[in-house]
Amino acid sequence: MSEVTDIGEAVAAIQVSADVRARDGKRAPRGLLAGAAVSALLVLLPLAFTFYRATTVGFSDAAELVFRPLVGELLGNTLLITVSATLASAVIGTAAAWFVERTDVPGRRLWAVASAAPLAMPAFVTSYAWVSISLDLQDFAGALLVITSSYFPLVYLPVAAALRGMDPALEESARALGCGRWATFARVVLPQLRPALLGGMLLVALGVLSEFGAFQMLRFRTFTTEIYAEYRTSFDNSGASLLACLLILLCLVCLAFEFRVRGSARYERVDRGARRAALRYELGGWRWLVLAGFAALGIVTLGVPLGMIGYWLTQEGVAAITPAEVSPELLFNATLSSVGFGLAAAMLTTLLVLPLAFLLARYPARLATVFERTVFLAQGVPGLVVALAIVSLAVHALRPLYQGMMLLIVAYAIVFMPLALVSVRAALMQAQPRLEDTARALGLNAMQTFVRVLLPLAAPGLGAAATMVFISVVTELNATLLLSPIDTHTLATQVWSDTSTLAFAAAAPYAALMTAISLCASGVLFVLLGRSALTARASESPLISK
Amino acid sequence: MSELRISGLRKAFNGCAVLHDVDLAVQPGTLLALLGPSGGGKTTLLRVLCGFDRADAGTIEIDGKRVVDDNLHVPTEQRRIGYVPQEGALFPHLSVTENIVFGLPRTQRRARHRVAELLRLVGLSDDYAQRMPQQLSGGQQQRVALARALAPSPSLVLLDEPFSSLDAALRLETREAVAAALAATGATAILVTHDQAEALSLGHEVAVLWEGKLIQRAAPQTLYRRPATRELAAFIGDAVLLPGIAQNGIAMCPLGALQLVAPVPDGGVDVMIRPEQIHLLSASETAADHSTVQDALVTSITYNGRDADICLQLSSAAQSIIRARVPGHRSPKVGERVRLSVDSDVIAYPHR
Repeated sequence: MSEVTDIGEAVAAIQVSADVRARDGKRAPRGLLAGAAVSALLVLLPLAFTFYRATTVGFSDAAELVFRPLVGELLGNTLLITVSATLASAVIGTAAAWFVERTDVPGRRLWAVASAAPLAMPAFVTSYAWVSISLDLQDFAGALLVITSSYFPLVYLPVAAALRGMDPALEESARALGCGRWATFARVVLPQLRPALLGGMLLVALGVLSEFGAFQMLRFRTFTTEIYAEYRTSFDNSGASLLACLLILLCLVCLAFEFRVRGSARYERVDRGARRAALRYELGGWRWLVLAGFAALGIVTLGVPLGMIGYWLTQEGVAAITPAEVSPELLFNATLSSVGFGLAAAMLTTLLVLPLAFLLARYPARLATVFERTVFLAQGVPGLVVALAIVSLAVHALRPLYQGMMLLIVAYAIVFMPLALVSVRAALMQAQPRLEDTARALGLNAMQTFVRVLLPLAAPGLGAAATMVFISVVTELNATLLLSPIDTHTLATQVWSDTSTLAFAAAAPYAALMTAISLCASGVLFVLLGRSALTARASESPLISK
Repeated sequence: MSELRISGLRKAFNGCAVLHDVDLAVQPGTLLALLGPSGGGKTTLLRVLCGFDRADAGTIEIDGKRVVDDNLHVPTEQRRIGYVPQEGALFPHLSVTENIVFGLPRTQRRARHRVAELLRLVGLSDDYAQRMPQQLSGGQQQRVALARALAPSPSLVLLDEPFSSLDAALRLETREAVAAALAATGATAILVTHDQAEALSLGHEVAVLWEGKLIQRAAPQTLYRRPATRELAAFIGDAVLLPGIAQNGIAMCPLGALQLVAPVPDGGVDVMIRPEQIHLLSASETAADHSTVQDALVTSITYNGRDADICLQLSSAAQSIIRARVPGHRSPKVGERVRLSVDSDVIAYPHR
């Protein structure tokens, strides 16, 4: 019997390798390669420049700069908050996902939304809300609270998705083999969740390493706050570059781990079976405890930040520690520039990744993978560092562009390209080549095929990518702070300048508007992602599945 | 091994009844095939047996131990059942060996208790012990899933359409391996399937679940020859239904006077004949048993290789279309005139 299947496997293997060869044989058009190279080079630019600036410091000076007690303290603080916030997010995110997906806790839909929504609230707004309750929160405990409540959705979302995608038969088999609910969780569910959980944790770690606004407001000193301080004292500072290199190094370690996790064991379903709902455990008397836990989580992560913004909205400007007035005109202008920057950056970023995504989807070869990896490097370069590099690059080489809007938009594009690339590539992958072949056979030329087949199929995914970039830009602080033209204020910079002078009431309208825009855009994103999933399912053919 | 007793089992989803008062007893060491069309309630019955879903009413006893009644629901893990799901559902993070010993106590897991024996039982060599599930074909995965289910020596083995995802060639040999393994352990087992050939060839007995009711339970031969309803007759195999009149154990129909297997009340009936019961004779031949012979015209042929399905029009009753099945090498030509005789007894269903 094994002979039969072995032959079958061998034949299948030959067919696969023939397929790959056919694809390799097809050369990618030059223009496409050039377009893809542009995005990769753009990402390398700030990274290379930061390293270059760091090397201009002499060796002994560098050693002196690096090996001082301050750096030790920063390293300690940064690692402490990164590790503890990552672990806290892992526990909270996994628990929330398991209770929502695997138990009969009442109000599951509500808790599912409430566990994802904090992503739409930037951490510096959350920290503003908490600090405005009590300045005593300006220490490690406060930082852990704010950072965890902002970042735990990065664990919740992938873990919940993994739980949903897991074959229910695995858990049923474990139960039939005599495992109770805890044994089933520990021996079957948790190992399946490992890639999603570790991937989510590393995203949290990367986010915490790059976080700047929240730490500054909570007066918790980390690498980012120190880099910003050095930049403020002398704005073309190679000391800052040196610190930035250390930070990048930490981020790259995280990134390398993430690559390994994603690359190695990806437990897909061994076979495709009929889709059905997984078992749900009845919580019985425990449900009230779980419900109370979700309510507490919702209050801490959403209720307090939104409530405090609401509270300060109703207060006169003078009620805060520092009084300041808000003019409707300033509010309008700030909203306009936030939305404008967001739209421009969303368009530019999506356009920039499109050639690379197309290359990856249609002409996968070594060069394309190199470009892809390069773009993903951007995840390991904090926005603050990118912004700093662009500032000093502009000061040194591109004087006329300095303080211009163009540089800011490009900085956004560099920071958020990895985000857009994932989504755009997935969207293009959904439109299978055989659909294009069919269109060509029906008499359409390449351009017509692109417009009438590829674009409609990929549109929801492209929209999702652009929306993600838009949300990120509207709530972005670092690059905006450093690169926005003089006299241009965005919602984020206004929240920042008002809260750093403790003018809590004045900051509230900006924070409220920013949160509202971000939440609305997130709503749009969910609709687009839903549509994108729909086209994915429609083009999934039983002929393709093995 | 052990016996299973189900009585008065009821289950509804959102007010829609899926199981109506199901009573079923399975003798120790029997392999019962639970057959029925999709949506007939087979999977629900299996899931209630496993304890994944709760019954609304009724009792279940496994090995004399009550696991379900009105205020009792023993959790799945305490029922000592072996469950083989549709696609095998091997744990993808564990090797074949680790999968097989999964349900055993820790010390036996460490000792890789009975792994070699179980692999041999399901017809796999020792080389597979260290493989990961992804490196196995669908049929091999099913065999490992069975070995995993058998490892803790369960009271009852439940197989949920275990062969439906395999292609034809693999299905046959996996089926044989599974049947042999179950027979070797003497396990009491229920095989859920919608494939009548699978149910007839594997089951010691076949129970038919139709729209939530258990409508017949019989040995495979009896089920095929004497299905309880005409719908079931058509589901179990191809059936030719002809109008007729029953009198004293004889049915008069366009194919002549035929002996009935089971008596029916005199009056109008539908006579059920299996296509392979209808023999084609050339014009000169006479029926071996001198039964009545009818003239017919071959109108179309579907040639399948091993056999051929023949559509025929009777000379005496032009409106009735008869389907016969003949060995492939005996296939006639379209337009040929043939004579028909019916081999052995038939069954009839009174008009409703």
